[in-house]
Amino acid sequence: MASASTSKYNSHSLENESIKRTSRDGVNRDLTEAVPRLPGETLITDKEVIYICPFNGPIKGRVYITNYRLYLRSLETDSSLILDVPLGVISRIEKMGGATSRGENSYGLDITCKDMRNLRFALKQEGHSRRDMFEILTRYAFPLAHSLPLFAFLNEEKFNVDGWTVYNPVEEYRRQGLPNHHWRITFINKCYELCDTYPALLVVPYRASDDDLRRVATFRSRNRIPVLSWIHPENKTVIVRCSQPLVGMSGKRNKDDEKYLDVIRETNKQISKLTIYDARPSVNAVANKATGGGYESDDAYHNAELFFLDIHNIHVMRESLKKVKDIVYPNVEESHWLSSLESTHWLEHIKLVLTGAIQVADKVSSGKSSVLVHCSDGWDRTAQLTSLAMLMLDSFYRSIEGFEILVQKEWISFGHKFASRIGHGDKNHTDADRSPIFLQFIDCVWQMSKQFPTAFEFNEQFLIIILDHLYSCRFGTFLFNCESARERQKVTERTVSLWSLINSNKEKFKNPFYTKEINRVLYPVASMRHLELWVNYYIRWNPRIKQQQPNPVEQRYMELLALRDEYIKRLEELQLANSAKLSDPPTSPSSPSQMMPHVQTHF
Amino acid sequence: MLGKGVVGGGGGTKAPKPSFVSYVRPEEIHTNEKEVTEKEVTLHLLPGEQLLCEASTVLKYVQEDSCQHGVYGRLVCTDFKIAFLGDDESALDNDETQFKNKVIGENDITLHCVDQIYGVFDEKKKTLFGQLKKYPEKLIIHCKDLRVFQFCLRYTKEEEVKRIVSGIIHHTQAPKLLKRLFLFSYATAAQNNTVTDPKNHTVMFDTLKDWCWELERTKGNMKYKAVSVNEGYKVCERLPAYFVVPTPLPEENVQRFQGHGIPIWCWSCHNGSALLKMSALPKEQDDGILQIQKSFLDGIYKTIHRPPYEIVKTEDLSSNFLSLQEIQTAYSKFKQLFLIDNSTEFWDTDIKWFSLLESSSWLDIIRRCLKKAIEITECMEAQNMNVLLLEENASDLCCLISSLVQLMMDPHCRTRIGFQSLIQKEWVMGGHCFLDRCNHLRQNDKEEVPVFLLFLDCVWQLVHQHPPAFEFTETYLTVLSDSLYIPIFSTFFFNSPHQKDTNMGREGQDTQSKPLNLLTVWDWSVQFEPKAQTLLKNPLYVEKPKLDKGQRKGMRFKHQRQLSLPLTQSKSSPKRGFFREETDHLIKNLLGKRISKLINSSDELQDNFREFYDSWHSKSTDYHGLLLPHIEGPEIKVWAQRYLRWIPEAQILGGGQVATLSKLLEMMEEVQSLQEKIDERHHSQQAPQAEAPCLLRNSARLSSLFPFALLQRHSSKPVLPTSGWKALGDEDDLAKREDEFVDLGDV
Repeated sequence: MASASTSKYNSHSLENESIKRTSRDGVNRDLTEAVPRLPGETLITDKEVIYICPFNGPIKGRVYITNYRLYLRSLETDSSLILDVPLGVISRIEKMGGATSRGENSYGLDITCKDMRNLRFALKQEGHSRRDMFEILTRYAFPLAHSLPLFAFLNEEKFNVDGWTVYNPVEEYRRQGLPNHHWRITFINKCYELCDTYPALLVVPYRASDDDLRRVATFRSRNRIPVLSWIHPENKTVIVRCSQPLVGMSGKRNKDDEKYLDVIRETNKQISKLTIYDARPSVNAVANKATGGGYESDDAYHNAELFFLDIHNIHVMRESLKKVKDIVYPNVEESHWLSSLESTHWLEHIKLVLTGAIQVADKVSSGKSSVLVHCSDGWDRTAQLTSLAMLMLDSFYRSIEGFEILVQKEWISFGHKFASRIGHGDKNHTDADRSPIFLQFIDCVWQMSKQFPTAFEFNEQFLIIILDHLYSCRFGTFLFNCESARERQKVTERTVSLWSLINSNKEKFKNPFYTKEINRVLYPVASMRHLELWVNYYIRWNPRIKQQQPNPVEQRYMELLALRDEYIKRLEELQLANSAKLSDPPTSPSSPSQMMPHVQTHF
Repeated sequence: MLGKGVVGGGGGTKAPKPSFVSYVRPEEIHTNEKEVTEKEVTLHLLPGEQLLCEASTVLKYVQEDSCQHGVYGRLVCTDFKIAFLGDDESALDNDETQFKNKVIGENDITLHCVDQIYGVFDEKKKTLFGQLKKYPEKLIIHCKDLRVFQFCLRYTKEEEVKRIVSGIIHHTQAPKLLKRLFLFSYATAAQNNTVTDPKNHTVMFDTLKDWCWELERTKGNMKYKAVSVNEGYKVCERLPAYFVVPTPLPEENVQRFQGHGIPIWCWSCHNGSALLKMSALPKEQDDGILQIQKSFLDGIYKTIHRPPYEIVKTEDLSSNFLSLQEIQTAYSKFKQLFLIDNSTEFWDTDIKWFSLLESSSWLDIIRRCLKKAIEITECMEAQNMNVLLLEENASDLCCLISSLVQLMMDPHCRTRIGFQSLIQKEWVMGGHCFLDRCNHLRQNDKEEVPVFLLFLDCVWQLVHQHPPAFEFTETYLTVLSDSLYIPIFSTFFFNSPHQKDTNMGREGQDTQSKPLNLLTVWDWSVQFEPKAQTLLKNPLYVEKPKLDKGQRKGMRFKHQRQLSLPLTQSKSSPKRGFFREETDHLIKNLLGKRISKLINSSDELQDNFREFYDSWHSKSTDYHGLLLPHIEGPEIKVWAQRYLRWIPEAQILGGGQVATLSKLLEMMEEVQSLQEKIDERHHSQQAPQAEAPCLLRNSARLSSLFPFALLQRHSSKPVLPTSGWKALGDEDDLAKREDEFVDLGDV
């Protein structure tokens, strides 16, 4: 069995999982096997390289490239793993140096990754090893450009749990008490004919007919009509999501849309006005009129109140994250760390997203108003706001499976364009559609879990592994842009779900401090005094920053849990012994203390 | 937020600062006066405390969320404190979960704790000082523990306003004589009430025996000796009566320059290297005196460079490190970030929070202190070198750095008794001028520097990063910082042990009067009930296991190996000629000149530091061994419990680390209960019930800044930012781009 020491630079969970998965197969592997391989993973080539580590200097090693990963083992230390990088993480591959390069280690490849690191390899000029490596990497990191399948379609892993069954929309809506007298389930989009980026199953007002829905769809960008995301179990106010109205420069109106919003408002008799949260800054909402979009003016929507939430667009977020990478990789900007962090604006964006979600949650929780949320097309900022608000409002989503359902529903089924935002298998690293919207959402969840360390069933590793596989292309969960595309490609049949991996290893992702609470609303404080850069994600590749040592508080708590279980077991044994003693007269003269040695526990 | 349909608005509009609007009509005042009379709360006076002036019908604003409302009561000033006696105070007294200080109540401000007094005239805030021609309608008091009090005087009688405002200004700002401070009134009046806590085993280092004990504990007694040459402070009034010097040093040398130029021992490492400090010789212009000084120092250095001593590395903290002015300036800026008057101010500063933090330089100063301590630790631990800290009076930065080094290298200093003893040894007996640095006399604020607060903040970074290593909690550090401004304790009050002994009457100047017994802060029962004291003890801390015979042998082997390994790596001993060069460098440093050689050696220093630092952090932490902090940018944080605890907007209701701590204590309680049941089954004995720390119950409602900031919020409303978006600057182009390409054909 091939062994590998603990990865210094890669996600622990990913590496451990690969090794464990291999072991669980029961397949006897050749001891000379250099790379742990998943079922379906094939070795393409291997080459001797010098890895120019930005922290420890050049390391001579051998790089193995499979159809799934780039794996580097050091030649200087026996079986010492250095890199295990899924090819899906690769964003850009550049050649470094030319035929006339003479400097040491100046000829090779420079690889930019999506997960906040870069890789640099020096190769020999003789033998065309760089050309070979470049061509192979380009081919398997960007398979779409070469008419090749993503690795997810070749992956033959099997898990105890089928992650594709985690989310069943009918069951999730039933959990929320739907359908009810005011909300019904419609299959008008069964073949995605109403809106090709929406899921097949939608929850809409009972009093709106399917014909009404079709008329409203013509007035909403991409036909993304207002549909229900969540309903409050007690006061029955709701969160509804959609895209912007197609008002345009001429200020178009659509009576069906206006009436439809009124119908939504009237699903709850207690409220007087519907609250509309437009996630955009108001200047952007106005500017969108020039291209046909816009917002709900009070001229047309008398029973609605509109607020803008100032969350910036995908381009601003993309540039902001680039700046974060600039200050943390390879070395943390030491002088002026705080002002450098501030100049990235990243945490300001986090603050505004959280603030918007808090407002949505508070409006719904207080029972004053139902809420309609949209941005431009309703698949980026809208998904952030609805999912975070639901996380604050509904403790079910703070469990492991509940969170998986939340992601499946608000992000995957409602058409967040994962493929365009991440660039799965695509080589165009300058594509303007790339943006870290989902990462930003996960960052907000991390901020919340840090502020409420007992409220979430999952731990930090859970969030990190989700982000790792957002990029890795090992699973089908985040592939493609919408449900209809996934249906056409038969993703649930031909690929494995990320939730299979997670739910087969739940213990590794559990937060031991988790305290299940029903109906407790969480309001994080969206202040810079409490928001901080997620060091264990953005700076995890730097060995000088805190290693992922186990949290000492958590470690102690786990020890106490184990001790408690041991004591409970011993107490039961003693009770059994006492019962036996009662039924049979004691024949042994020895005292119980001699039979069982006394163990002192020190805190 | 924006109004609906706003077209021209460019993002959020800054709301005007809210001003208080009175909803109490004049006719209702009489009713309130009656209520005040009926519910009058008794002013709790300490022994020796005298009421000086008071005013009734004062409205104290209670800051909560974004609204402001108030409580009526009496505002009084004594010779010890300013106190507000509110009508609803009785309700708080019944709250068992409150972490109450028995000496200073929630609405009490010691006179020493007052930082700045402002008055509001016609909605304008002005600093109040000296004689006032006009009296404010509103009084704002900023405290040194970061509390902010706002009192409305609009409904108070005019003559009472004059009296209370003048009284407060006078008693908090007028210069004072040492003997007239409340400390002595209290000590005199409380003479018979003084009860020493038998549990307090803090070593005070005021006897020769204490120093000998420390020498033996650290195995420094082979090379260093405790001397009593300064008994009765005959030689030097800055030094303690007893201290430790190198064994071969003639005692008469101490008298030459009143203790200056004498290497004084702080601590010895397990490998034999020692930490020393020395106050610099006074600067002289006379060549003759300079020559005498040089000759004296030559003798000193020959002594400490000769066997059995190893190489000595000198760290001149006066010229190559922080200045006191730097520390004071940084802290003044830093503390202003936490003295928040209202919600609008909180959110206005939130937008530029990181740059405000950085421009204060406080966190950077913490980083530099920790780094300096790590460098010295590396010299002692890895290079087996003695380190001599040099400073003008060896009573500020020397105290700071020597304490940090010992915290990192000596696990005993991370116990509660060890930490308190460390403070006694390095700060109190080390002659840190608490009287001047805290400006207790209000005579000269140029001497005021928060060196001790800087030390506590550095300690907090270590506690925060390595919680299982410390027997005390961050709450302990927070209340310790508060104790700086409670002038009934002698610990942080005097400029030197001599000054303390003189003023306590122990020096026989007045043989007829009894010596005063002054309290020390280490008797925590003076401030806190036993239940509250449980919050000062860290449940994560595990005492160092005692070694049995077999393990002791292994330990000795480890010890020897640790000794030998650095010796192999250490540099060869310098030749005789090197002594003179070293001394010359020292002389030139004393004269303020820089030497290029130091610049060359700094590169080597950095490499050694980096190697030592990285090597330590790559291993798993041994909480009973060497303990280093992380000092990279993201790792140095704001001590939220101390600095944010009085800001309601900064509280996370039902969140924060107190939630996990609460779960941990619950589990410990459960495990202990199960263990007792098992014991009961074995022995049929009734085990004594452990007292549960009920202060941590109902963690869902505790603030993240527990046990402080227990303000009861009327609702669970979320805290929402009120300030708008900051301009993106060069990213405006990006912000204007369309999210997606829009096919106009659809329109």
